[in-house]
Amino acid sequence: MHSVSIQNLDLSFGAVDVLKGLNLDIYDGEFLVLLGSSGCGKSTLLNCIAGLLDITGGQIHIKGNNVTWAEPSERGIGMVFQSYALYPQMSVEGNLSFGLKNAKVPKDEIRRRVDRAAEILQIGPLLNRKPAALSGGQRQRVAIGRALVRDVDVFLFDEPLSNLDAKLRADLRVELKELHRDLKNTMIYVTHDQVEAMTLADRIAIMKGGVIQQLASPDEIYNRPVNKYVADFIGSPSMTFFDGELKGGRFVMGDVNLPTEGYDFTGGQIDGKAIMGIRPEHVASGRDVEDAAYRTTVTAELVEPMGSDTLIWADFAGKRLRVRLDGQMKIADGDQIEIGINPAKANFFDAASELRL
Amino acid sequence: MASATRPNQLLRNMSSKIASIPMALTAIVIFVGCTLWTVAYSFTGSRLLPRWRWVGLDQYDRLWDTDRWIISMQNLAIYGFCMMAFSLFLGFLMAALLDQKIRGENVFRTIFLYPYALSFVVTGLTWQWMLNPSFGLQKVVRDWGWESFTFAPLTNPDWAIYGVLMAGLWQGTGLVMVIMLAGLRGIDEDVWKAARVDGIPAWKTYVYIVIPMMRPIFVTAIVLVATAIIKVFDLIVAQTQGGPGLATEVPAKYVYEMMFRNQNLGQGFAASTMMLCFVLIIIVPWSIYEFGGRRNGR
Amino acid sequence: MAASSTNTPSGAKPKNTWTLGSVFVYGTLIILALYYLAPLYVMIVTSLKTLPEIRQGNVFALPDAVNLDAWFKAWATACTGLNCDGLSRGFWNSVIITVPSVIVSIAVASVNGYALANWPYRGANVFFTILIFGAFIPYQLMLYPIVIILRNLGVYGDLVGLIIVHTIFGMPILTLLFRNYFSSLPEELFKAARVDGAGFWGIFFKVMLPMSVPILVVAVILQITGIWNDFLFGIVYARPETYPMTVQLNNIVNSTFGEKEYNVNMAATILTGLVPLTVYFVSGKLFVRGIAAGAVKG
Repeated sequence: MHSVSIQNLDLSFGAVDVLKGLNLDIYDGEFLVLLGSSGCGKSTLLNCIAGLLDITGGQIHIKGNNVTWAEPSERGIGMVFQSYALYPQMSVEGNLSFGLKNAKVPKDEIRRRVDRAAEILQIGPLLNRKPAALSGGQRQRVAIGRALVRDVDVFLFDEPLSNLDAKLRADLRVELKELHRDLKNTMIYVTHDQVEAMTLADRIAIMKGGVIQQLASPDEIYNRPVNKYVADFIGSPSMTFFDGELKGGRFVMGDVNLPTEGYDFTGGQIDGKAIMGIRPEHVASGRDVEDAAYRTTVTAELVEPMGSDTLIWADFAGKRLRVRLDGQMKIADGDQIEIGINPAKANFFDAASELRL
Repeated sequence: MASATRPNQLLRNMSSKIASIPMALTAIVIFVGCTLWTVAYSFTGSRLLPRWRWVGLDQYDRLWDTDRWIISMQNLAIYGFCMMAFSLFLGFLMAALLDQKIRGENVFRTIFLYPYALSFVVTGLTWQWMLNPSFGLQKVVRDWGWESFTFAPLTNPDWAIYGVLMAGLWQGTGLVMVIMLAGLRGIDEDVWKAARVDGIPAWKTYVYIVIPMMRPIFVTAIVLVATAIIKVFDLIVAQTQGGPGLATEVPAKYVYEMMFRNQNLGQGFAASTMMLCFVLIIIVPWSIYEFGGRRNGR
Repeated sequence: MAASSTNTPSGAKPKNTWTLGSVFVYGTLIILALYYLAPLYVMIVTSLKTLPEIRQGNVFALPDAVNLDAWFKAWATACTGLNCDGLSRGFWNSVIITVPSVIVSIAVASVNGYALANWPYRGANVFFTILIFGAFIPYQLMLYPIVIILRNLGVYGDLVGLIIVHTIFGMPILTLLFRNYFSSLPEELFKAARVDGAGFWGIFFKVMLPMSVPILVVAVILQITGIWNDFLFGIVYARPETYPMTVQLNNIVNSTFGEKEYNVNMAATILTGLVPLTVYFVSGKLFVRGIAAGAVKG
């Protein structure tokens, strides 16, 4: 059964269509990440699922119930916000129990659920504190607890880690993953951070302009992006793209002529204008060069050492090609280096539609 | 299931709509309804009671034939022009001086603003006494030895309106100062640093950089001062009762007396409609400036 | 100290030595401060003198002895021409008018601002826009129709009528104040409360109101001073028995009967200004915030 099912969802503000004919089915117990840059409609979609925005058309089902017009509190969801959104005048306990009191849950039941949430999240000693007396990480735990006590099947997260500093973000990310593993709830998670998306998600939905570009596992999205946008969006630093032409099984751009054997053309092999994208880490270097179908020597125009690896920028076929090298390789600006390109690891897109070939 | 169908749009958000009833009533019944009512009845011959007896523009003809109204308008023009010029100048000067990282800024600000907390009646009576020819400032200076010193604006019809102006400035400049100071504080410190690095003298920085940057603040201050000028009433009633003679009569007082003293409602309505016209002359360009470019945002 | 600001001065930094510039800055500020303080000083010393002392001496001179007779007379026995029970009646009338008017106007406007900020519905902004522009319409246009409305409601001349009037005319500024405040609160807090199943009133009373103490204080300050200082609505919508303090004060001082008792007049003037002045000096920067909030984002 689908935990959350969205059918033909439309949302417009006046003349502006924010979401258009959107369909999305989320499995029971799935961790789904909505990923996109700001303004892509990911948070808007989450707010629609929560019932915080009135949609213009379509249907939303949660656990088989049509909740299209139900109040947020009647949908069986819990929600965690970026700014934590803790009620400042209430204690942690007050924050956790506010929703239950509104739902007229009996006192001892409230007690039981609050204690359980506090135990799971290890916030027991904080129950009598006010949010102002908590650290950022503690606040976000309380916010998660507020969703937890509701005993719901679907958790909605709206960029919950964005306000935390980098280290804390990594820690809480792990905790969230563990929480999901233990609770097995359905979780819908909005973020613009691809690391969060890749590490947490069962499936990622990449959105742009209110439309889901690709809905697939992190692995699929990384290795087989459906279009140039997704390819460009995922990966840091991102792919380098080359305009060229596919001709008789070879990719031609100016003087460079690459074989494409080994690349899995899903739509069959075509001839015509195309775009090749290659990730910095997929450019072969060092010993791997020998195995590559195409080899050349380039000049490192700019070197960015990052410790674990080193990025270089090199001129190749009229473009600045990004190459990721082993961090132990000693390289300076202007050095010559040998690289190789393996068509199996490259991505080809139709020049007009920008769809994967 | 009930939540599957779109609920009636009229019933949605019902509490919010109910909570807005006072606002809706005020906006529609009072601000629109009552204003239009007054404008409409300004074309009638109403006297003691409002009567729907159409007389066209008669009330306006009579209004502009009345010396008292003409003088009221002249007084308002003089008062308004001076009030605007001086309060903007003094308000900005005071704000700029307070912005010099001086000691005792809070003390000075408290002193400059306290009259704004006082009513116009208190202000008017205070300055009536300060400007009293037998006991006030004139007598003080004469006692100091300057026997021929003359400063009794409230008894001289040519100068009385400036006596009112002194009181008005005393009461209202603090507000302009606060607005200007907020504007000055809103200007990025880096602007000052850049100007100092470039070796631009402070006065030039004010004139060529800061004041142009504060344009919206000036517009706000102008609108506020202007609407206060048009409404001026209690100050006059308390300080001069419009005298000596008609020397300090103002339109708002004319309206009040026509409506509630002289049982000449039609005149009062026509005069107040003229006041509305003056406000529109100020408000319309301002709102075009403020809201014209962009769609009414949040 | 009153009227302090959280912002820091941003103007050019003065040198440590007494330069010509700093002499000019402090000199100008001190002269301006004297202009602002002189009336208060003169009022106080005048109210403490006896009449003969006033006639012979100088308004700036200190009294020979502190004499509080004028204060007692102003409070209890000064005559308005109609009756001779001093300002006390006006004071209590003003208290009776101000307290409920402040409460009702703030209650109505805060709910209103909350509805606009958090529960917008189609057409809400039309009312709000009318409300804001309505704030610029001279009161004179609405005075008479409101008399008719209040008479039809049977509350003309009553306390209830005055409360209604103050609620109406306080609404634009207060609604703006509250709407902007509630809009500035994190929207996610409101969303969280909705997910937690709180409704329109639940969110207002349990989530929003407890967070609104600062803005409530600003609104209370704004309304106490505004309503206490009102004169126009007092003379139009109250009866002589229910006249507020400002009207009573004007009638005492500008009464044409009998000898002018300047000391009593000044004591009465100070007494009338005492409530807003106290509010001003006690509230300090919140007062500044109130008028700035009302002024800067019109």
